[in-house]
Amino acid sequence: MGLEFIEGNEAIARGALKANCNFFAGYPISPSSSIAHHMLNKLPRVGGVAIQGEDEIASIGLCIGAAMTGAKVLTATSGPGMSLYSENIGLAVSGETPLVIVNVQRQGPAIGSSTKGAEGDILFTRWCTSGGLPMIVLSPSTVSEAYELTYRAFNLAEKYRTPVFLLTNKEIGLTRESVNLERVELPQLVDRTRSTIGGSCLPYRLKALHEVPEFADIGGGQITRFTTSSHDEAGYFTSNPKVIQKMIDHYAAKIESAEEDIALFKQDIEVGAEILIISYGITSRSVVVAVKKMREQGYKVSSLTLQSLYPVPRIALSKALVGIKRIVVPEMNMGQYIQEIQRLIPAEVEVIGVNKMDTTLLSPDEIIERGILS
Amino acid sequence: MSSVIDTYLTDEIGPLPFCPGCGHDPLLKALDEALVTLQPDPAKTVIVTDIGCIGLSDRYFTTHGFHGLHGRSITYACGMKLARPELTVIVLMGDGGCGIGGAHLLNVARRNIDITLLVANNFNYGMTGGQHSVSTPLSGITPTTPMGNLEGAMDLCETATAAGAGWAYRGTTFDKDLPDRIAEAITQPGFSLLDIWEMCTAYYVLRNKLKKKDLMDIMGRNNFKYGLVANNTRPEYGSQYRATYVDTATPERKPRTIEIKFDNNVTRQTGIVIAGSAGQKIRSAAGLFAQSSMYSGLSATQKVDYPNTVMTGHSVSEIIISPERINYTAIDTVDYFVLVSEDGLKNTKSRIEKLPSTCTLYVEKSLKLPHTEAEIIRLPLMATAKKVNRLSIGIVALAALVKDSGIINLDAFAEAIAAFQNPAAAEISLRALDAGSALIQAGKEVEPMIVSS
Repeated sequence: MGLEFIEGNEAIARGALKANCNFFAGYPISPSSSIAHHMLNKLPRVGGVAIQGEDEIASIGLCIGAAMTGAKVLTATSGPGMSLYSENIGLAVSGETPLVIVNVQRQGPAIGSSTKGAEGDILFTRWCTSGGLPMIVLSPSTVSEAYELTYRAFNLAEKYRTPVFLLTNKEIGLTRESVNLERVELPQLVDRTRSTIGGSCLPYRLKALHEVPEFADIGGGQITRFTTSSHDEAGYFTSNPKVIQKMIDHYAAKIESAEEDIALFKQDIEVGAEILIISYGITSRSVVVAVKKMREQGYKVSSLTLQSLYPVPRIALSKALVGIKRIVVPEMNMGQYIQEIQRLIPAEVEVIGVNKMDTTLLSPDEIIERGILS
Repeated sequence: MSSVIDTYLTDEIGPLPFCPGCGHDPLLKALDEALVTLQPDPAKTVIVTDIGCIGLSDRYFTTHGFHGLHGRSITYACGMKLARPELTVIVLMGDGGCGIGGAHLLNVARRNIDITLLVANNFNYGMTGGQHSVSTPLSGITPTTPMGNLEGAMDLCETATAAGAGWAYRGTTFDKDLPDRIAEAITQPGFSLLDIWEMCTAYYVLRNKLKKKDLMDIMGRNNFKYGLVANNTRPEYGSQYRATYVDTATPERKPRTIEIKFDNNVTRQTGIVIAGSAGQKIRSAAGLFAQSSMYSGLSATQKVDYPNTVMTGHSVSEIIISPERINYTAIDTVDYFVLVSEDGLKNTKSRIEKLPSTCTLYVEKSLKLPHTEAEIIRLPLMATAKKVNRLSIGIVALAALVKDSGIINLDAFAEAIAAFQNPAAAEISLRALDAGSALIQAGKEVEPMIVSS
């Protein structure tokens, strides 16, 4: 029971609904539009609201407004739309807004190849708004994972009161696969911690630097304030450097201290292997095939597949690095996540990127020839 | 509410922070008076502010406050109103916000979402140095129009009205009846706009010698109406949405699932490419084929490629079926290639040239193929499809493949068609299935291996 043939974009919509998402706004853009189609079709049937904004700026604005009244919100776009989300992402960071943002990557820059896949937005997503604060970024490699990670993205958004990115690719979004979503193991649903009604309005009161302030719904019984400006615990504008620094430290600490809680990865470690392939997204599926082929030929190869890209799962990475002399990082871009790896590893370990951005998938043979055997 | 609220302003963080003589001060007091008249529950009221001096306002009210990005306050307000319809949502924005957020102004008016937009219109950017805005009068002097403004001022009320606003009003902060007009705007059941002209004593007034009576002169000179500009209320978007779209009573239709009912003859991962034209329903036919493989106990993937045009150009689907889990979704070694149109040929020509001898190529007989090692089976796919339905060519071709290769059972294909197409479409597809498989018995033309190039 439960076998279906669905595309990644539908799985994302289904994952969002499973997480009780009740508000969606988005603007049409290939290859993400079918997420909007699903949400506009399904949300009214569960009492939610879905709307097509007049542009990407309006779409994320609608989402932020709805989220601050207590809704669980989703928006979806592709690279060019991410550019238009940028300023509002900063607003969601500073206002501590739970928000799930899907980027179904396409080949760019700019309009690029609008119906073709790529993964050129890895660092862009990490640094997508002014201020340079940490972000949470998940990346699925299969349709089932698109479902699971969307659901998990909602949990993380609720728990850490922050925008969470699901970074996928046309090659998952528009690719259909046989799946059984009922078999996907999901954690318990998390809801933001809400303040108890009464008392004075302190929407940004921090019990500890890394702790998330309690949430008061706009329109709920507790009067609350939300602001894009530097603010104190009452949500009032402040120019006090100490208070400003404390809030900045808080935005960073709540995510950095949660590295292990957020970390999601799969590993296939072979004892004695000196080669480690680190991958994410659709390319990790070529890696599975490449590893099998190499092992059949007697090579010892390990593989680490990252499902959470940011915060960088450093503990998982350093564990996988034991005994490794060569790391191969295949990416459908010109070498982005490899930079995160390079800064973590000892100088004697060789790091090789296998890169292309010609709209085609990196094949297992390309990874073997240009990475493992090069 | 048990007791009457005598003000919605709070002095918790001190008095209003505006320059002496600034119009924002009387504007906020007029808003407070309007709220006192209406007595909304502060916990069910939100004041959303834009950027600029007016953006300092929300914190002086005892209601919920939301201070967002420049020009985007309308979008947050609409999100809040749609998610929580019981809220009274009031947006305070400057003339600057109407410029940078012009698209939102047009669209909230067009959609008619029940928020009240109060524009504190002082003809310039008072917080960033007095630069000109979309509402700066012609010949107005600002740091960015030092020799006089050449851009015409935007009539916010007429602009919003043209976009569909049901209620629009223009006044000044000198008007005695301003609190009543604001109260009227808030009680309108749809989008309402108040374009309130006022003085920026820090910049615009100093450079342009603007006095109270000049405001009326500017309106007169430009044919900007004073007072009520539009009053044509129409159905509000959120109410319409809830009445028309929201249906929680009808139980949700569960997605149709696939049960394994048939055997297969697939012992290893098998790659099938079908290439045709966009608009030929190639994707849909390929999907049904993949689903029929799932009915036969196989895993399946379908990777698609098409241009950004819709009904023209190529459409290529790569289907992998396998007794095991499928990882890499592209096909480097094709087992079966199905070619149904010239568009498909154009897009896959170099690929066809590289097909191995282990590949079987089912091709529409009229197409001129490049040299290939593949075993070629020419079939009258177009003529056959035309007899059933032009758009059934994908099914016709895949049925021939299934019949010829025997990788799965034709009954599994029929099962997928019946399960996933509506009855009318399924009826056509089932006929196409028969017609396609009949081609194999009737006249399969296997081309000699060597073709001159």
